[in-house]
Formats: sequence, C-alpha cells, structure tokens
Amino acid sequence: MHKTPFMHGIRMTFIFACTLFLLAGCEKTAPPLPEDAALLDGPVEGLTTEQNQRFLKGDIAFNDEVFTAATGLGPVFVATSCAACHAGDGKGHPFTTLTRFGQSDESGNQFLHLGGPQLQHRALPGFQPEELPAGAPFTKLLPPANTGLGFLEAVPDAVLMALADPEDADGDGISGRPNWVNLPDYISPRPDAIVQDGKYIGRFGKKAAVYDLLQQTANAYNQDMGIVSFYEPFDPYTGLEMDPEVSNQTIHDLVFYLRTLKAPVRRNEHAMEVSAGRTLFEQIGCAKCHVPTLNSGPSPISVLAYREFSPYTDLLLHDMGPDLDDGYTEGSAKTAEWRTPPLWGLGLSKDAQGGQYFLMHDGRASGIEAAILLHGGEGNSSKEAYKALNNQEKQQLLVFLESL
Amino acid sequence: MKPMSIFWSLRPILSALLLLVGLQQAAAQSETGWLQRIMPEKDSVPGKLNMDAVLDRPFLKLGKTPLAIGGYVEGNTAWFSEDGVSEGLSFQFPRLTIFMASTIARQIKFMTEIEFEEGGREINIEFAALDLQFHPAFNLRGGIIMNPIGAFNQNHDGPKWDFISRPVSATQMLPATWSNAGFGLYGKFFSGDWTLGYEAYLSNGFDNSIIDNAENRTFLPATKANTERFEESFNGQPMTTLKLSIRQLDIGEIGLSYMGGIFNKFQEDGLVLDEKRRVDTWAVDWNATIPRIGTKITGEWAWVRVDVPETFTQQFGRRQSGGFLDIVQPVLQRKVLNWEKSVISLVCRLEYVDWNAGAFRETGGNIADDFKAIVPGLSFRPGAQTVLRLNYRYHWQRDLLGNPPVRTAGWQFGFSAYF
Repeated sequence: MHKTPFMHGIRMTFIFACTLFLLAGCEKTAPPLPEDAALLDGPVEGLTTEQNQRFLKGDIAFNDEVFTAATGLGPVFVATSCAACHAGDGKGHPFTTLTRFGQSDESGNQFLHLGGPQLQHRALPGFQPEELPAGAPFTKLLPPANTGLGFLEAVPDAVLMALADPEDADGDGISGRPNWVNLPDYISPRPDAIVQDGKYIGRFGKKAAVYDLLQQTANAYNQDMGIVSFYEPFDPYTGLEMDPEVSNQTIHDLVFYLRTLKAPVRRNEHAMEVSAGRTLFEQIGCAKCHVPTLNSGPSPISVLAYREFSPYTDLLLHDMGPDLDDGYTEGSAKTAEWRTPPLWGLGLSKDAQGGQYFLMHDGRASGIEAAILLHGGEGNSSKEAYKALNNQEKQQLLVFLESL
Repeated sequence: MKPMSIFWSLRPILSALLLLVGLQQAAAQSETGWLQRIMPEKDSVPGKLNMDAVLDRPFLKLGKTPLAIGGYVEGNTAWFSEDGVSEGLSFQFPRLTIFMASTIARQIKFMTEIEFEEGGREINIEFAALDLQFHPAFNLRGGIIMNPIGAFNQNHDGPKWDFISRPVSATQMLPATWSNAGFGLYGKFFSGDWTLGYEAYLSNGFDNSIIDNAENRTFLPATKANTERFEESFNGQPMTTLKLSIRQLDIGEIGLSYMGGIFNKFQEDGLVLDEKRRVDTWAVDWNATIPRIGTKITGEWAWVRVDVPETFTQQFGRRQSGGFLDIVQPVLQRKVLNWEKSVISLVCRLEYVDWNAGAFRETGGNIADDFKAIVPGLSFRPGAQTVLRLNYRYHWQRDLLGNPPVRTAGWQFGFSAYF
C-alpha cells in the first residue's frame, strides 16, 4: 500500500521526463529543409543584416499581402496578390495568364481609351469585368519567374548593345535588337543609359518593354490588381486619378525583394549527360540567343555588382516566326519579336506550375521539347538542328535544360 | 534551439501545470456550503447530446443564490518547423473562458460564455441566451446563440478534447466558435435507449468577407471579424440553422446539420448592388465509445457551397469539404499520485480540408488548395476536469496549383482545465 503512490510518482516523473526528451529532440522530428538548389525563392547570398530586413519586408508584401475590396482590389483585376501569379517566385500558370491588347506596331497603343493595354478579366462581385474591345490586337502572357531579376537589371546597356546585331552583320541568321521604349515620368534612366531618339533599352517583360523593376512593380500593382500608387495613380476601372492604395515604401521594399532574389542554383551541373547536352546546346546554335553568361556592372547592392552569372538570355528581341506572331506588340518591337526568355530555373518551373510545364509566352508548350519545336524565325535553324539529333543527343540536351 | 535551452525554457509551463493541478485539489477540499461544485453528467448518460454541452458544464454555485459560475483555461507551449525552418519555442495562452448561468425563474434560465483569447487580444461573447423551458421536447432560446453546425461548434470546451489545436475543418472551414444574434427552438424526445434531439434557429449570418478576405480563399470565419452581426443583419436575410441528432447508447450519437442563407449585401438604400448569393453548409458528426475497450471515436465531416460569381477569381472556391476523426484510447485508468481516477490515453487525430474543390476553367486541371494533418499524442487526465496533453502534429498544405506542399511539423505540450 505504501509503495503504490511512490511507484506512481516514479511513473509520472518518467512520463514527464519522456515528454521533455521528445521536445528536446524536436528538430529531428521536423520536415527537412529543402536543398537550396530545389527552390527558386530565397535571397541572394551575402546580404547584410539591414538588407535582410528589407528583403523580408518585400517578401511579406509580395507573398503575404492579399488585396480585398476594402484595401483597394479592383474592382476589375487579374489577381488578388503578387504571389497568386508567381507561386514560389516561379513561372505562372494558365489560371493567371493575362491578356494585353491594343498595339500592333511602333505607333503605340491605339486602345488606351478603351482600357488598354491590359485586360482586367476578373471583377469584384457586383461589377462586370473588362471585355476585349472589338478589333483589338491582343496576346496572352504567362507570368514569368522572378528569380535573379536583380542581376539582369544590373547588366549595363553597353553589354546588351554589344550582343545586338540588328542587321545580322555576321550573317548567322540571328539579329537581336533592343526594344527602345519611352520611360514613364517616375523612372530615372540608369547612369550608364544608352539613349536613341529619346528612347531607352527595355529589358523586362515578354516584349522587353519594361525598363526596370520599379516600373514593373508599379505597373503590376496597377494593371494586375487595380491598386493605384504615387507612381501609377490612375485607376484602371474609372480612368481617374486616385489616392495611393499602396505606399512608396512598400513598393520600394518589394522592388528590393525582387532585386535580391537569388539566381537559380544548378542541379547536376557536372553530370556527363548534362555536359554533353550543354555542348549540343551551343553546337546547334541555341546559345546565340540564350547567351549562357552575362556580367553585371555597378549596383548599389554590392552582392549584385560586377558578377558573372548564367541566365541563358541576351535580353534582346528576336523574330520568332509567324506561328508565334500574335499580332500584338509593345514598345518598338515587331509583333513577331519576343525577348529571349532566361532559361535559368527552367527545370524547376513545373514545381511552381502545379507539376507540369506551361512554356513559351502564353504557356502553349506542355514540355521543353514542345517549346523547342515551337521556335521559328531566327530560332528555326536551331529547331531544325534539334530535330536532326538522334534520340540520345536529344535526351542529353533536354537533361541539360532541366539542370538549369 | 539547443536541447538544454528547450529544457530550461519549459520550466515555467511545467511549474504552471503543477500549480494549476494543485489549486484544483485545494479548491475541491475547500468546497463549503456557500461554494458548491456542480459536476456535469457523464458522457455515457443516456439522453445526453452535443446540444447539451453549453449547459452541461461544471459550475461553482454560490450558496443559495440562483447564480452559478465556471470556466476553463488553456495554455501550452509549441515548437513548430515549416519546411525545415523553425521560429523556435513559443508559449501560448489561447483562451480563458468564463461562463455564468442563472435560473431567473422557474423554467427560465440564462447562460453566457465569455471568451478571452490570446491574452485578451480578443474578447467575445460566444453565447448569451435566455431559455424558456416549457417541456423537454419544446424549448425556446434567444440571444447570442451558437449556430449548431457540426458538433465541434456546440461542444468545444478545451478540457473535453485530447488535442491542443482545434480541428482545422471545424474552425477554419466551418467557423468556430461561431455565434450570432438569433432565436430558435430545441428539444429532445426519448424512447428506450434512443434519444432524438432537434434544434432550429434563425439568426444573423455571413457577409461579403467570406469571398473577399486576406486569406485569399473562401473563408467562412472571416465574418467573425464583423462584430456588427450582433447589432444587425448584414443584408436583412436571416440565416437558417437546423440540426437533428440521434443517440443510442451502444452506437453513439449521430448528428446531421445544415446552416445557410444569403450572405452578400445585395441592396442598400433600395438600390440593387448585386444578385442574392447563397452560402450553404452541411455537416454530419458522430461520436461513440466502443464498449469494453473504451475507445472514444469522434468525427465530423462538412460540406460548404458558396455562390461565388463566375467573373470573380477562382482563388475563392465555390465548394469546400473537410473533416476530422479523433481516436482516444485509454491505456491506464487508476490512481496516480493523489488523483484517484487518472486516465492516460493514446490519441490520434486525422484531418483533411479541400479548400477549393473543382477544376480550373483554363486547363480543366484539378484545383488543389488542400490540407491534411495527422496528430498523434498522449493525454493525461488527473480528473474529469483537467487534461494535460502532448501532441505531435504534422501537416501538409498544398497551394492552389498543387505545387509541392508546405510541410509543417512540431510538438505541443499543455493543459486545459475547468475551474
């Protein structure tokens, strides 16, 4: 009788001890940290503690802030948040495809008075979404990945001009030219800016019509979510100038976040198949547009300055042939011209697109090979060269592209 | 965080646990003629249903006054890691709930439940109703009522549950604790081992926020932020809540419930703003105790249908479904230390919610946005009114597109006790 309470006390102590032991080992019972190379998101290495804090603020604005009617959404819109279109900072999905309309040549957008350049095809309850005006040229655009944007922004204009060959002087069938664009009032030209007839070199967007990440961000708030700002003060629904619905601070924090997202990390870079694929990539001429490496110039963010990186793009416009000519354009680009999309992160795209690929400007290609076979115009000779490869070589090339 | 630092960090909560259990013992010994503890009937009592939970609680009766008071408190520590990144150890005080009951006159009773959540960040009157009890089969209730959708919303007191976190399907898909200003009637019929209960209420209901919120998904609990629902209906259309429960001692209790109505503000000042849009919810709940082995099984599954405009974003789903299943297996029932009727149980909860059932218009592919969880654990009940709980929780949340899930896992250790 006297031993029972004592023994129970021992048991209780044992249970509490086990509890503490389990809690002490919590970290071993948690899901593991995914490998850095398996993720598109995350900051570039080497940010200072101050920069980390700013990155986190931008991260929250990009990934956590969801707009509602009360906070300014719409009333017509494409998406309710930035992350809705760029899950995990990767490419978008047909669910978030947007439609641009109203411009078919260098003369500019002729449908701005009818809601151009972007269709807000969704609306708050009680409102009707925008409809495509009759006769308007249009294209559908899949949201791009966000990774490594700061490096691309830091490439000097002179580097892009050196890659350009608008008249195909070397006779290789690849021209490549910048999209010369007008700047909105709130954008300051970069210190190394090259100007031509009052226009500047665009480098972001499917048509390279966006000059920098501030313009991209302010425009996306406005045209994608119907959020007006100091920079883009006109409500896309009413066309009227409104009070800002997002602060300049938030916009600049978000721009900082985009600038400091890491570049995608290669997987299996040194595997034999991958190396063989890379050789083929260059042999059949893919690298003439998808330029493997670029170099950044000066940048206020030191970890972005004077770095060599591998985006597999030249940020220039190329004629991709009639099958990819949607009859719509931006800036000084022709309707068949598209900016060379960066290939870095290509292998991780499907992890942001619901487990399957949606490639090319509108997601029409369901795989990498399908995307290759859609190339025409300046990309036609490379496509034909790819088709001439044997099955093993094709597989090597595809494995290489998956490793990016 | 290093293991030893976790050990030292836990000292305050362990001290609080021991103090609480000690105080309960002291209170039990000091019950005198002016302060008398009224214990609820056991769950196994025939005729007892989830609908009785709001009244069937332990109270302290103050002498010969008509007033009885009670309440419960919950506290815990939690360590979670999301995809390998942990914010460390946290101490949480999710709620302190106080209830008071009063017999105003014969067959007229008043009961209220006031909850202080997260240290007082939210203070809510969850229930405050006057009951006119004419007959067991016919009673009227009015005030702030708890809409009887599912079982958890009716029977949510922390000490009754062996899990620290509340089920996601019953708190975030269906709202809990979900109450509104309203009126209705309820009653029970008895026949042998069988009990049939019914409830029917008209109350204020949801608002536009269920499809316009920062959760970026159809989210019924968003309306809880609108405290004006206790002052006036958002749209002048009453919400209907109906529940039918049947219980037999061997097979347990099965409940079928419905809650629905117009949720949006479709007109104001006589001007039409939108068409009328409905939200409808259905739930089935079941609880039983398997004879001989004493395994307690509690489950609930619910369906939500919302009239989301075709022209709005599919981010906000038109259909949701989800539920949970709790299994509690007592493994030791005996005196432990000075607690005569201690029970130690192994427990496990399974949870699932599909936040957005359907397919993308653009591709025909499945909209994912789903959640699943498994929560094994251990509970220790030194008495009927107190539970100490240790839970390991692992859950997976996929986004709308079905990308690789965010995986979250962690440990929770805490207590819940009536006082």
